[in-house]
Amino acid sequence: MSEHHLDARRLLCPLPVIRTQNAVQNLRQGDRLSVVCTDPGSVNDIPTWSRINGHKVLEINNDNDEITILIEVNGLDS
Amino acid sequence: MSSSITPSTIPLKSIVVAQRKAVSLISGGLDSMLATKVIIDQGIHVEGINFFTGFCVEGHTHAIRKKDQNKSKRNNALWVAEQLGIKLHIVDVIEPYKEVVINPKHGYGANLNPCLDCKGFMVGKAYEWMQQHGFDFIITGEVMGQRPMSQRRDTFPVIERESGAGDLLLRPLCAKKLPPTLPEREAWVDRDKLHDFHGRSRKPQMALAEQFGITEYAQPAGGCCFLTDASYANKLSDLWENRGSREYELDDIMLLKVGRHLRPRQHFKIIISREEGETKFLEGYRKAFTHLYPTSHGGPLALIDGTAQDDDLQLAAQLLARYSQGRNANQVSINVCFMNGDTTSLHVKPLAKEDIPKTWYL
Ligand code: SF4
Repeated sequence: MSEHHLDARRLLCPLPVIRTQNAVQNLRQGDRLSVVCTDPGSVNDIPTWSRINGHKVLEINNDNDEITILIEVNGLDS
Repeated sequence: MSSSITPSTIPLKSIVVAQRKAVSLISGGLDSMLATKVIIDQGIHVEGINFFTGFCVEGHTHAIRKKDQNKSKRNNALWVAEQLGIKLHIVDVIEPYKEVVINPKHGYGANLNPCLDCKGFMVGKAYEWMQQHGFDFIITGEVMGQRPMSQRRDTFPVIERESGAGDLLLRPLCAKKLPPTLPEREAWVDRDKLHDFHGRSRKPQMALAEQFGITEYAQPAGGCCFLTDASYANKLSDLWENRGSREYELDDIMLLKVGRHLRPRQHFKIIISREEGETKFLEGYRKAFTHLYPTSHGGPLALIDGTAQDDDLQLAAQLLARYSQGRNANQVSINVCFMNGDTTSLHVKPLAKEDIPKTWYL
């Protein structure tokens, strides 16, 4: 299991999702990816993307200006 | 003793018919949602694909504008995929899409929307994806006669030909109005269970949605991207004309969605934020543009696109003062910051509303 970080700040929907998707493609089952973004839509979109593609959202921190979403890659092909 | 297996000795259980797989172009609207559901219900494995061109309406202005930030925001394509229980792949096509916008073989629709080229391009990209991922065919939510440019009996074959997808492109909502495609001829899907929708009426779609128990969906608008919007297209034409080139970067087309755009002189344009969210967004571009903001009063941020001389900056400051809280003051102080880091302060009288010609607004 390894930890990864993705800076998607200042990117607008759907770019944070696209960057997350592309990052997850290179990760292995059990790896963790923490995505930090500023587009308020990401708080819905990244968890939705994760759910439909079989990844687990472990944590969402929303401190108004920055949203951090921690995803565990479950190994299903995305 | 060797034994040979003849068909009659193969246990029935071991004959497995491979499940066919389709990739569906999901826009986030009702039609692609229905088309996908029709095919899922025939036992086909469907995954969605959605293309990001940079002009998509999804989210951007809502994400930028403060007043919209309390509204629940979602990417409709992702939402539709979740409702249907399918995966969705969002593909960044910003770069290859430029050629479609800049040089459309079939021209533009009512504004700068190159719908026919765009459809051919997107189905073509879906076809590439289909081949790379071992899928069997492509589905779209197109309905014959629904849209004047790209959804017509005579333009459907253009999309099939130019995308390369040929008869692997199935349109479940109007398939019965079209010649059978390969998935129908091979009985991967049952043609009888497809539809014959046509024309501009949305009633058949509404009825099918009801039949499926779909009660919530994004309302169909004039189009799925900013290129169909007259005011946006006007700003894009202005950008192309004044740059003397149609090349663009993502930042250029994003900035066209934000703020008031005025061109007081041919050689420069001023972009003035309309509210706090836009100011914040434009702040991200401060290093790339000469920018101005009021210091004596509250007010917006302005970016200068072009080469502004001293008298141009004076005019820009007066314009900005007009949109500041000092619009009725005798004098407003404006800070001008140049790209090299130098700054200067101007003290100006705000322009009166009647001194701003309508032709300056883009
Ligand atoms: S409206 Fe925009 S995205 Fe939709 S087909 Fe036309 S050009 Fe393409």
